[in-house]
Amino acid sequence: MAALRLDGIRPRGLAPILLGVPAGGLVFVSGPSGSGKSLLLRAVADLDPHEGEAWLDATARSALPAPEWRRRVGLLPAESHWWADEVSAHFPPNGYVAKDLLPLFERLGFGPEVLGWGVARLSTGERQRLALARLLANQPEALLLDEATANLDPVNQARVEGIVTDYRTAHAAAVLWVSHDPEQRRRLGGRRLVIRDGRLEDEP
Amino acid sequence: MSLISLGPWDLGLAAALVLLLAAMSWRLHLGVERRVLIAAARSTVQLILLGLVLEVLFAQTSLPLIGALTLVMLLVAGWEVRARQKRRYAGGWGLGIGTLSMFLSSFSVTLLALTVIIRVEPWFQPQYLIPLLGMLLGNTMSGVAIALDGLTRSAWEARGRIEARLQLGADWDGAIADIRRDALRSGLIPIVNAMATAGIVSLPGMMTGQILAGSPPLEAAKYQLMILFLIAAGTGLGGVAAVWIGSRRLFDERHRLRLDRLV
Repeated sequence: MAALRLDGIRPRGLAPILLGVPAGGLVFVSGPSGSGKSLLLRAVADLDPHEGEAWLDATARSALPAPEWRRRVGLLPAESHWWADEVSAHFPPNGYVAKDLLPLFERLGFGPEVLGWGVARLSTGERQRLALARLLANQPEALLLDEATANLDPVNQARVEGIVTDYRTAHAAAVLWVSHDPEQRRRLGGRRLVIRDGRLEDEP
Repeated sequence: MSLISLGPWDLGLAAALVLLLAAMSWRLHLGVERRVLIAAARSTVQLILLGLVLEVLFAQTSLPLIGALTLVMLLVAGWEVRARQKRRYAGGWGLGIGTLSMFLSSFSVTLLALTVIIRVEPWFQPQYLIPLLGMLLGNTMSGVAIALDGLTRSAWEARGRIEARLQLGADWDGAIADIRRDALRSGLIPIVNAMATAGIVSLPGMMTGQILAGSPPLEAAKYQLMILFLIAAGTGLGGVAAVWIGSRRLFDERHRLRLDRLV
């Protein structure tokens, strides 16, 4: 379990951000396209050079090697990329995958055979769901979700929302979620923020 | 068998063939006549200058002078590598990565050849050093240029895939390993092909030269073999150094992909 705290993080085009997401807490971020929502998540994951510090409980980001930080604070980008031909190559290469991930695959609507599928034949929605599975296989302590359900039909949207909610409560993970869907932001509860004129404010 | 000296008339005849090629390019609208003529003029000036410089060097065997010439050769090769990149490293790195890796590989392999294999006395005798280094630099240059170009191009195109690996906790090395491997492989293909076809399809330049100069063919073949091996080693070393430094430079200390370091 871990709380996530942004301490003056300053992505390009935004004012410095002070924000705490408690352990097991959910914070939504919305805003017009181009307002810097994705850049904010990328900055927290330390993918772009920027000012500011982030904390996972009492651990400063700068005190951890970046790869370890990114494993513990997992980013789900809006568009997932796949570097190998087979789905299985994108999961940690040990035996526990098959055993521990099967329930997750099942909840996402996949059978165990999905690991043998070729990435090229996946639809956009399948990629998005498998990207979530790929991320959760790392057991991150906090989640940064960028439009996690944007390309999904209502059934799969409900599946993903359920999985994230369960993961959040089971692992007491902090979740920072960029979503353009006002329905979703209301439905799932949590704090709602909006980026306006380069500042992060509470949604009216 | 003695060396038949070439007169201006003989060279002129050969040059006329290049003029003919340029005329053909003009007639057929190939659009390369200017480049052909400029390249031919460049090689004329460069080689005659080199001949003059080498005559002076051979007469003196002065280490500082030889050092200065090798430095010029290295810098020109570095410049050429930089010119062949579609996506260059910004700042001094554009010139530095290629030059440093060629320095590491070509100079060390040449030194090894002079001191351990051929055992020239003194080791910097220019008659051996300059041609050896020239051949090594020339070939290493192609390998390094291809490898670096492949690395930066692929990294540029595969940004999403590299960052996906970083996002899942890979370090910079793991995120670019496959791209680096492919780049190195394509840099090595020319020399591997050259070795595979040497003597069957192509008669390598150095062997041809020695035979024309009157050496027994078997002696020429042995020298050519040594050169091929040295070039293979030099290209390999240079390519490894270039893609290693180059790929490291694509990431910063926080393992972020920094494509802004390319221009």
